[in-house]
Parts: sequence; structure tokens; C-alpha cells
Amino acid sequence: MTLTYYLVLAAILFTIGAVGVLVRRNAIVVFMCVELMLNSVNLTLVTFARATGTIDGQIMAFFVMVVAAAEVVVGLAIIMSIYRTRRSASVDDANLLKY
Amino acid sequence: MTETLGGGETVVFWVLGPIALAGALGMVLSRNAIHSALWLVNTMLALGVFYVVQEAPFLGAVQIIVYTGAIMILFLFVLMLVGRDSSDSVVETLRGQRVAAILLGFGFAGLVGAGIAEATRDLPAGGLGDEGGIGNIPAIAESLFTDYLLAFEVTSALLITAAVGAMVLAHIEREPGSRRTQKELSRARFLTSDQPQTHPGPGVFARANSVAVPAILPDGSRSEASLATGIEPEDPDEMPRPTGRRQLGSPDAALGTLDPAPLDGNDR
Repeated sequence: MTLTYYLVLAAILFTIGAVGVLVRRNAIVVFMCVELMLNSVNLTLVTFARATGTIDGQIMAFFVMVVAAAEVVVGLAIIMSIYRTRRSASVDDANLLKY
Repeated sequence: MTETLGGGETVVFWVLGPIALAGALGMVLSRNAIHSALWLVNTMLALGVFYVVQEAPFLGAVQIIVYTGAIMILFLFVLMLVGRDSSDSVVETLRGQRVAAILLGFGFAGLVGAGIAEATRDLPAGGLGDEGGIGNIPAIAESLFTDYLLAFEVTSALLITAAVGAMVLAHIEREPGSRRTQKELSRARFLTSDQPQTHPGPGVFARANSVAVPAILPDGSRSEASLATGIEPEDPDEMPRPTGRRQLGSPDAALGTLDPAPLDGNDR
């Protein structure tokens, strides 16, 4: 077993997250899929940090976590305010900009 | 040159890798949003163990604390606020979108996975040495506060912006006075209903639930035998004794708002 296994696992997780974003309609679940994609990228960063023997990959993963936390806070607040006005958390219902 | 990893790590990978994959698939496939969140917690815990195994113990701890501890709880909070029953609709907005997305996923996974597997076949498992073990946190701190100092400072601006943004977005503006106070709500609840509360049991004439209130003998005096040992008899707050037609159990007597009897305790 080599480090490649980790990278392939991260790629598969990323793909599952991306497919989830495309398939699911619930905005919160879509958000969770985005989180899964960020996590898989973190796994890649940590793996490459180990491969190259430098700590920088872990620092990047750390920053990704910080940005993800901030993004989740704002995103969930947006979902809540959309839910308050439209009584729905489905991404299909927020289409007012179309008209 | 291909370096193989240790046997213990192989076991960890083959146990936790399928668990992480199952968590991701379960998240996408489960109808209930809360089940999705729990599946995702599963995957994130597995990834946290992967970080620890891969010489990043600090990131592993942060993963478990921040992701599974904070972010997923935030997700669950919002799910509870938005309503658990807001599950997905089965209706496809665009025809064939699901099939197309799944085909795209297979293609993407095959392409990227094969590409990565081919490109990193000779990837050395160099390892971080001491920076991956005991010295992991000092190494991260040294790098974070020297090379990445600017990014670290900008992070603080990002976090404060996110906090303020969330407060602004989740804030509801109410006109002052448009919200009923607790007293008004209580009055509306008790004065309009036929039976505002449960009736006391037969023979009960309690006006306070404190153990310091002594029982009253038929002649009106206190019964010393009813007092618990070690408690000074005192006059705690009691409901006003109803007089006249304001009998016990009537809404007015329960609220004590109309014609309140004095609370001096001398009318026992």
C-alpha cells in the first residue's frame, strides 16, 4: 500500500460530494456535500505534505478548515433567511432572479 | 521507487476507507437530511483518524473538534430550525439530470482517480520526521506565525466578517412593542380558558410548595409536628388566600391580579 491509495480515496470522496451537489435538492444537504468535497481536498493536502516531507500542506489544510467554518456560518444563515421568506429549503424554489 | 507503508497503517486504511466511503454514499443517498448529517459525521471522523495516521495529529484533533464538533452541530441546529420534514422532492426539475450527474461522477472519478494513480505511482512516503509526531504542533506554529503570518491575520478578518454576516442575516427586525410580554401571554392563557390549570387534589388547600410552610391545625394554629427537622419555620411567599367568591381555583385567584390579599401571613 502506498500513499496513492489515500489520494484515490480522496478523489472518490470528492466525486461523491460533487454528484451530491448536482443531485440533491435540499439546500442543507447540498451544503453538506460541499463540506465533503472540502474534506477530501484536505485529505489530499495532508497526504502530499507527508509525501514531500514539509509542513506546508498541513497549514493549507488548516486554512481550508477555517474558511469552511466561516462559509458554513454564512451559508446556513442565508438558507435560514430564505426559509423564512419562502418556507422552503429547496434549491429549486429560490428562482426569483429568473424573471 | 515505491515505498510501502506499514502493516498497521494498511489495516487502518482498509477498515476506515470503506467506512468513509459508506458515509459519503449514505449522505448522498439518504432521504432524511438528519440521516445525511449523521452519515457525514461518520465520514469526517474517519478522515480525522486518517490525519492522525498521516503524521498530522494536530489536524486530526482540529478535524474532530471543528468539523464534527462545531460545524455538524451547526448543521443539525439549522435542520431543527428549518424543519426536519423538509425532505427532498423526488421531482426532477431538469429531465435526466440525475442520470447525467451520476454518469458524470463515474467519468470524473475514473479520470481523476486513474490520473492520480498513474501520476503518483512513484510518490515517496517521505514522512515528516519529528514534525509529524511530537513536534507537529511546534512546527505548525512556527510556520503559521512566520511564513503564513499575513494569511493568518487575514483569517481573523474573515472570521469576524462571517460572524457579523451571520448575525445580520439571521436577525429579525421587530417593531418595539409588537411582541407580547410574558405577563400578557400568561394572562391571555389563564383568563380565557375554562380550565387554566390542573385542579388540586381533593382536600388540598396548599398555597405554597415550600417545605418550610407548616401545616395548619383546625383551630388555625401551626402544627409543629408537620415541620421537617432542621428547618426554621418561616413565612415564605404564598398565594393570597382567596376570600368570598374568589375561591381557590378561579382564574383571578390563580393569577392574584384582582384584589390581592395581603401577603403578611397573619390570616392563617
